[in-house]
Amino acid sequence: MASKLSTAWYHYSSPKNFYPLAGRLIPWFWVVSIILTVIGLYMSFFVAPTDYKQGESYRIIFIHVPAAWMSMLIYLVMAGYAIIGMAWKVRLADMMASALAPTGAMFTFLALWTGAFWGKPTWGTYWVWDARLTSELILLFLYIGYISLQSAIDDPRRAARASGLLAIVGVINLPVIYYSVKWWNTLHQGASVSPTMAPKMVAVMLNTMLIMTIAFWMYTIAVVLMRVRRTVLERERQTTWVKALISSQAATGQTTNSRPGANSPGASLPGEKQ
Amino acid sequence: MTQPSLFAAWRAMVARDLTLAMRRRADVLTTLFFFIIVVSLFPLGVSPEMAVLREIAPGVIWVAALLASMLSLGRLFADDYQDGTLEQMLLLPQPLSVLVLGKVLAHWLVSGVPLVLLSPLLGMQLGLNGNAIVLLMLTLLLGTPVLSLIGAVGAALTLGLRGGGVLVSLLVLPLYIPVLIFGTGAVDAAISGMEFDGHLSLLGAFLVLAALSTPVATAAALRISAE
Repeated sequence: MASKLSTAWYHYSSPKNFYPLAGRLIPWFWVVSIILTVIGLYMSFFVAPTDYKQGESYRIIFIHVPAAWMSMLIYLVMAGYAIIGMAWKVRLADMMASALAPTGAMFTFLALWTGAFWGKPTWGTYWVWDARLTSELILLFLYIGYISLQSAIDDPRRAARASGLLAIVGVINLPVIYYSVKWWNTLHQGASVSPTMAPKMVAVMLNTMLIMTIAFWMYTIAVVLMRVRRTVLERERQTTWVKALISSQAATGQTTNSRPGANSPGASLPGEKQ
Repeated sequence: MTQPSLFAAWRAMVARDLTLAMRRRADVLTTLFFFIIVVSLFPLGVSPEMAVLREIAPGVIWVAALLASMLSLGRLFADDYQDGTLEQMLLLPQPLSVLVLGKVLAHWLVSGVPLVLLSPLLGMQLGLNGNAIVLLMLTLLLGTPVLSLIGAVGAALTLGLRGGGVLVSLLVLPLYIPVLIFGTGAVDAAISGMEFDGHLSLLGAFLVLAALSTPVATAAALRISAE
């Protein structure tokens, strides 16, 4: 007998059912994200104390570290969705994986960029080829490789499976990034925050960092859900429900996230899928 | 009719690829000459001073080996894909990953080993001597198979795609970077008289890890691409 949870699982793994659910959830994630960002930025500028060694320039940590954490988390989730899509052939999982990639690449770039600006006053240089920076740069290349492989293949099924395989092969980079400061004695500072030990920083700083991390996380979910809704409309454009949606919104004069020019309510094709 | 053993199938794969490569020796030699030419460009473009060249020599030779290896990846699966042989390989009863390992071994013997054999000459051209050259050969010997193994994954993923060559490099070069770092690190350590055991151990570990995992990934990628 199917439990309620597994029924919901199957129900929402269909793009047709997921589309309105995502539409309802997106505003909530935006609201939470904006509120937490405002709180976090206020705390990072006015509440967190001045660092005894670095002065005020350390405050970029409240963007740099959450962005770096998100870059790794998003890659992991992307690889996870790729595995689900390949193993169980769930179309929506493939769409989620491709929707996550641009945001992940953005956070990786943000982490590298803010790190460079932080490095100049503290280390004296914008860039150094130590283990953590190099492996984070490799992560950016992996994201870009994933996106370009997907765009190079026309058939969406083959594109999803090929780039999914690439994502899975690249997962090995994540522990390298994470443990690089422990394995190699390099310029980037060691781990101050760990799930097992007590944190080596002031509680206020840690809390601010966590607030910003959750703010970025909520932002990621909001943006990815918006992107996946666009992808759903594009890939399922031959189904009746998408055609009905577009024609009803054209009739009421609303604009949607769908592509321009997709507004002609054509006749239903025989044997099309729901 | 008895089925050939796994080892016999693997050996037949290696022999086939070696025979085909020997028939098209030009393909092989162009990769080798690319390696030589790229290394020769650096003294002309950077500086002919031996002191400068000696400093950049490990990196230059390794990057040239990387690029030459990557350029030769086009030969790995593309020809078989075009004439339909790859489809037949997918249908064989033997596991595809074993056959892939055979193809990669043949590819390395034809593209990687010449680089290793030629590296002392190029090393001397760039001012390396003694221990550094031995270590250069050793690191290339350990590293070029890894390059072929990882490159096979990229070649299989981009089979038959437009813009294939550049796309393969985008996919595969990030994965090559750790090999590059430890290969050049070992030679640099030898030049400055420091310990290089750690670097060599890591290169060996990469080789083992790649040999065990990449054939499976390559086989999966071939099935994805050839459908």
